[in-house]
Amino acid sequence: MQFFGGSAAAEIAPSPAAPPGTATGLAGNNANMLYIFNRSGVCLLYREWHRPLHTLDAQQDQKLMFGLLFSLRSFTTKIDPTSVDKGNLGVPLLPGQGCSFYSFHTNTYKLSLLESPSGVKVILITHPKTGDMREPLRYIYNIYVEYVVKNPLYVNGTPIKCELFNTNLDQYVKTLI
Amino acid sequence: MAPLAPRTGDAVFANVERVNAELFTLTYGAIVRQLLTDLEEVEEVNKQLDQMGYNIGVRLIDEFLAKSGVSSCVDFRETADVIAKVGFKMFLGVTASVTNWDAEGTSCSLVLDDNPLVDFVELPDTCQGLYYCNILSGVIRGALEMVSMKTEVTWIRDMLHGDDAYELRVKLLKQVPEEYPYKDDE
Repeated sequence: MQFFGGSAAAEIAPSPAAPPGTATGLAGNNANMLYIFNRSGVCLLYREWHRPLHTLDAQQDQKLMFGLLFSLRSFTTKIDPTSVDKGNLGVPLLPGQGCSFYSFHTNTYKLSLLESPSGVKVILITHPKTGDMREPLRYIYNIYVEYVVKNPLYVNGTPIKCELFNTNLDQYVKTLI
Repeated sequence: MAPLAPRTGDAVFANVERVNAELFTLTYGAIVRQLLTDLEEVEEVNKQLDQMGYNIGVRLIDEFLAKSGVSSCVDFRETADVIAKVGFKMFLGVTASVTNWDAEGTSCSLVLDDNPLVDFVELPDTCQGLYYCNILSGVIRGALEMVSMKTEVTWIRDMLHGDDAYELRVKLLKQVPEEYPYKDDE
């Protein structure tokens, strides 16, 4: 059995590639990759700045990432000791129900997540020693609103192909430590 | 971090970009006027305004969430409160009051005493069936749908029809649980 993969795969267009110069891991560039997903699991944006190892093709990689976060949220809610009402594992959660996590780190990287109530997920992978990224993620969400949501040419739920957004995002991410 | 959700939209309202109120009112008036000319039927105009509002709502929600810093609401009561106090303030510069809850807490009324859309407006006899501000109900419906709440929004009172305030009835139809979006393919 294939882990992920389904009819939806064909509809997901490949994300725009990172422009030359940004994928080489410039000095002072702390961020590795960024994903933005919408509620229905479409990867609106994948951007990488420093990622020496690619193991999966881009689509599978994105699906895995989304699936990981989806399941983790389910688990974190399940083991929440502070709440009586948590339902069964795997049973769909209502928005606002349960708790949500915002980061985890391993010895080699840190993953930070912002999930807005509207279902937009912003995921940033950085160096493991990075501090609290919730504010930066909010800022990125704001950039997304300014340059993508307010762009009349952008159609909801499609991959982001907006130069101004990419430029601003790159600029901002470079400042992260 | 995780600041408490603001109880009013004043702070956000002070920081967002604003347009001149009269320009806004007149532009909206011009749109409605044009729709009446194009579509001829008042009923069609109501539908079109609702649809336009819906399209605005599905985008507006992200701006609202990003700028207001509001996190998920626990229940529909809180949602209604946030719309009335933060949402309306942020986008229209006025606040609404929430009243007339039903017993289950699934429908309530948003009452607007002041409505910037209707300055200078008088409905002629031929347009008595027109819900001039129907765009607002569409916005609320669209925005709530993006946070997984299916709602029905209807006008109860309208000052243009001689009532003493604007009253929107918001009814929660259902909350859509978050589903795993991909289908497993054997």
